[in-house]
Amino acid sequence: MHTATTAAEKRLVPRIWERVKKGWYTFSKNPLSVVGAVIIFFVVFFAVFAPFVSPYPEHAGNFVDFDNASQPPSKTHLFGTDVFGRDILTRVFFGFRLSLIMGVVVISLTAPVGVTLGLIAGYKKNTWVETLIMRITDIFVAVPPLILALAVAAILTPNIFNSMMAVSLMWWPWYCRMVYGIASSLKNEFYIQSAEVTGASILHILFREILPNCYGPVFTKVSLDMGWVILLASALSFVGLGAQPPTPDLGTMVADGGKYMPDQWWIAVFPAIAIMFVVFGFNILGDGIRDMLEVEKT
Amino acid sequence: MKKRLLDIRNLEVGFTVYGGYLKVLNGVHFDMAEGEKVGLVGETGCGKTTTAKSVLKILPVPPAQTTGGTILFKGRDILTMSRNEIRDIHAREISMIFQDPTAALNPVFTIGDQLMTAIKYSNLHDGMSKREIRQKAVQSLKEVQLPDAERILENYPVQLSGGMRQRICIAMALATRSTLLVADEPTTSLDVTIQDQVLRLLGSLIQEKDTSTILITHSLGLVREWTERVYVMYAGVMVETADTAELFKNPLHPYTKGLMAAVPKLTGEGIAAGIEGRIPDYLHPPSGCRFHPRCPSVMDICKKEKPLYFDCGDNHKTACFLYRD
Amino acid sequence: MENIILRAHDLKKHFHTKRGVVRAADGVSFTINEQETLGLVGESGSGKSTVAYTVMGIYPATSGELVFKSQDITGETKKRPKALKQDIQIVFQDPGSSLNPRRTIRQILELPLQVHNTVPKQHRAERIAKLLEMVELPVDFMYKSPPSIGGGERQMIAIARALATDPSFIILDEPTSALDVSVQAKIINKLMDLQKELNLTYMFITHDLSLMRNMASRVAIMYLGKICEIAPTAEFFKNPLHPYTQMLLSSIPVVSEQEEELKPKKVVSTGEIPSPVNVPPGCSFHLRCPRRMEVCSRIDPKIIAPKENHQVRCHLFPGAADG
Repeated sequence: MHTATTAAEKRLVPRIWERVKKGWYTFSKNPLSVVGAVIIFFVVFFAVFAPFVSPYPEHAGNFVDFDNASQPPSKTHLFGTDVFGRDILTRVFFGFRLSLIMGVVVISLTAPVGVTLGLIAGYKKNTWVETLIMRITDIFVAVPPLILALAVAAILTPNIFNSMMAVSLMWWPWYCRMVYGIASSLKNEFYIQSAEVTGASILHILFREILPNCYGPVFTKVSLDMGWVILLASALSFVGLGAQPPTPDLGTMVADGGKYMPDQWWIAVFPAIAIMFVVFGFNILGDGIRDMLEVEKT
Repeated sequence: MKKRLLDIRNLEVGFTVYGGYLKVLNGVHFDMAEGEKVGLVGETGCGKTTTAKSVLKILPVPPAQTTGGTILFKGRDILTMSRNEIRDIHAREISMIFQDPTAALNPVFTIGDQLMTAIKYSNLHDGMSKREIRQKAVQSLKEVQLPDAERILENYPVQLSGGMRQRICIAMALATRSTLLVADEPTTSLDVTIQDQVLRLLGSLIQEKDTSTILITHSLGLVREWTERVYVMYAGVMVETADTAELFKNPLHPYTKGLMAAVPKLTGEGIAAGIEGRIPDYLHPPSGCRFHPRCPSVMDICKKEKPLYFDCGDNHKTACFLYRD
Repeated sequence: MENIILRAHDLKKHFHTKRGVVRAADGVSFTINEQETLGLVGESGSGKSTVAYTVMGIYPATSGELVFKSQDITGETKKRPKALKQDIQIVFQDPGSSLNPRRTIRQILELPLQVHNTVPKQHRAERIAKLLEMVELPVDFMYKSPPSIGGGERQMIAIARALATDPSFIILDEPTSALDVSVQAKIINKLMDLQKELNLTYMFITHDLSLMRNMASRVAIMYLGKICEIAPTAEFFKNPLHPYTQMLLSSIPVVSEQEEELKPKKVVSTGEIPSPVNVPPGCSFHLRCPRRMEVCSRIDPKIIAPKENHQVRCHLFPGAADG
């Protein structure tokens, strides 16, 4: 008896590989999704390996070289240099790093909180628990994101950490709402009733029975959110409430470069295109993931 | 001699999926004359809905592929028709009643909207004024014995019961005066007495209007009461066909026999064991006769060659080597 | 003398909704003997599932008695003693949604073992393998998840899950309604084998009367929350007394001449099934009854037993209008 079970267990890894292969098959049916995946792959690559792949890594920090300031794009500086003589391509790579870190941090904070609250509210539908959680969520949702983030960031000292806190504060309700919708609809499925009748604890039901059914939509949302969080964070930096100089932040770079438009256009334009690139990439990647999960359902 | 209405010959349809190619329909033969009521019986996964959808040409074409055969409707091959021609056929010639009336009706439009749209694009339209279309809609609801037809036109599907919804689908299908009605498990989601009512109604209406009907179901009992001829389908092939009374008196194919035995009987003699095995994997279908791995009377030849239809007299044919004569 | 394992007396379960009180189960009384199969038949709105769920403890009863092995089970499952929870199990209707599609079979079967801690952790895999064996499924199904197996197999898993805690009483709510005939045959035969092997008592719910004929030892037919007729199977089918029973029996599709002859004369059913929110006054069936009398619209008939062991709730039988 034991040999039968352990032999089958050994096949776990090939089983996961099967699922990955199958997922890729569906995913790759849509060429746009593959484009998104490729874009993000490159963004992540440049972000992670920024110190090694950028031409002038020291330009990412406190560096000045006024002799080389405001140079247009050339062979030595593909994206040109800014008013301090720093290589813009390098700073864009480091900017990616910052953006991705911000995205990851915000989502790592907001998703677990939002998802957990959503699970509880959905499962405890029609009780005071649900009302409490969802009304609080409603309050946060009612305020336009940018306004809220600006308000919070303005009260606190402007820096990256605080801008991430500000964004997180208005991001969690969306996870809560989404998971609330799923949890409340699954509540009446027979398998949940079966678990209840068996006597499973509420923790088990929330996290082992309902949550796995939320992975798909949550994962899609995470992917799409990366783009939006980065955009929002860049907007905050743009108005000076995020990263401070000399930290290479894409939003700050666009703001600084704006003063020199249209003559030294490259100082603002390349960072702006970079932001667009990242957001676009995450967007279509997210769409692709959602489509792939839709198909798998049928 | 009634005219041939539908003639499916050697239809082969498959689906491209992740693991390869699912060869579902493996040479389907089916024919019916005008005014006939034919049953198509088979269990889940045998390909009956795929066949119906092929006739209506509503299979999603990237994964689905038709690799062979013809579907002649009134002499013209559906498979080679253009989209416009098919649309015309849908509007005027062939109607379908789907299994789930809730899914078949659009929840955001009133019954009236949907019914009148169906009539507008059908055979009857030809210059009917809006008022006439509405009258026709009310009349068709009355024909399916729905009380308070005028009010129902203003209702949304969600306000009505399953039986009523299915009756509306029937009304929609019949109001358009189509030549052929394909009913895919029309009563499976309904209660037993409502099932009976709805089928009785459908039966009398198609009798009255002389509509040719294909009744697709997995219930042998229903087929016995409501059809004149039956096709039994297994794994993408028609395994037996006969006049209804004949089929139930004298089933020939081992699968048909197995099915009949498995049906619980009112006589209380217990339930026969089901049929051994599972339905075949269409990715790697069995060679020769697709039923052979489960057949209690399997012979060597069954594993090698695909059986043709053998004539067993009186409109009764079966695809089984046991009856090679 | 057969032992009564479950007794219900005037069991009621009402739901309070915005549209009014739904009298889902409205005074249901029956007994089930050990190792017997009680069949519960009815259409939608009849209350058969409500009765089943109340026995299971998914809802607490609104009023009435419900006694299992001399213990009161009118309360919810959560509040029942542990031994009782293990003793009564249920197999739900739709195999598609009674198993969590995102869990493996192993996890699904392990849950009852985990919760009740009846088997120490190291032996659980063995027990699960044994359960799979009992329902004739290969051991490596443990590692599959529900969407990758067929409906019949899923229902077998649901049965295996019910057997995990070694129950003596299993409620089967339309276990084969969504399945093909040949798959149904396999499952029903398996259920009957298991009943003999493990000395199980079943409460079997279905709308398929032909199935009931071969499966149940006694049959109760429900309409709008009340039992209309209850009798041993053979008697029930040979001598249906209630007009509703006759109506149902006359409309079942059968596959042979022999069976046709066994059916009562055709009673055409008319009208829609009223909703349990709007129960008609008097006898709840009178609006659809081909044999209704004046008294039927006024007084709700009492249940009486015109023959031994055969009870009916209908004014056609003397004594129903008393009291």
